[in-house]
Amino acid sequence: MATNAKYWTALGDPTRRAIFELLVERPSSVSGLASVLPVTRPAVSQHLKVLKEAGLVADTPSGKERIYRIDPDGLAAFRAEIDQFWMKTLAAYKLAVEQPTKDET
Amino acid sequence: MIKQPRPAPVKHSIVVEAPIARAFKVFSEDFGSFKPREHNLLAVPIAETIFEPRVGGHVYDRGVDGSECHWARVLAYEPPNRLLVSWDIGPRWQIETDPARTSEWEVRFTAETEERTRVEIEHRNLERHGEGWEGMRGAVDSDQGWPLYLRRFEDLFAKAA
Repeated sequence: MATNAKYWTALGDPTRRAIFELLVERPSSVSGLASVLPVTRPAVSQHLKVLKEAGLVADTPSGKERIYRIDPDGLAAFRAEIDQFWMKTLAAYKLAVEQPTKDET
Repeated sequence: MIKQPRPAPVKHSIVVEAPIARAFKVFSEDFGSFKPREHNLLAVPIAETIFEPRVGGHVYDRGVDGSECHWARVLAYEPPNRLLVSWDIGPRWQIETDPARTSEWEVRFTAETEERTRVEIEHRNLERHGEGWEGMRGAVDSDQGWPLYLRRFEDLFAKAA
């Protein structure tokens, strides 16, 4: 089961974020990704492995290649977004609730 | 094809330096003051976000042009201990009108001391959003939702660095 930490680790790397963003736009093969990124195909494969383990992308065979796309049912990435929403909301809430109460009515 | 497990609930907690009554009041009545503004399904910027503090109330964004986006319903309102609210936004970042296909978030407030409160959020039943729409995979609208949310990821990491 994917944990919050896994999402953060998976998307905490700029190259992996770039890969994820490209896959949001369209499914792609390793070579397709490597052709538009400044990294080697083995590096792309390694990053995809991490994203896959986090449940953020899935792959399907297509001829000699595998086609990668964001999570197959849409929910893992959706969950990651909700997770991020609450992290950000709670951080902002803490600031709001701890500020001096002079503006409270 | 990997088999997706049912998504685990999203859980977060935070300890704030505030009495429980204030912690609850700010979280509900002032929700719009800290909810990320860029989290927006309206076509225009958000002027304000309203949390109606009662069972049956709505949480909604009001745009600068007066348009409204009702994206949550208050299911339980139990000051100062608990809130239960629906999440009526689907995986394609559209409003979900079928309550059976919405998730829910519970907020629990626990006094650690008179001046300190633990706030726990559990956002659960995420799998309900998935029912019946599997055929739409790959249809994520890259112009609307995703780039914005990805930028938010980046912003957050930038702050953490």
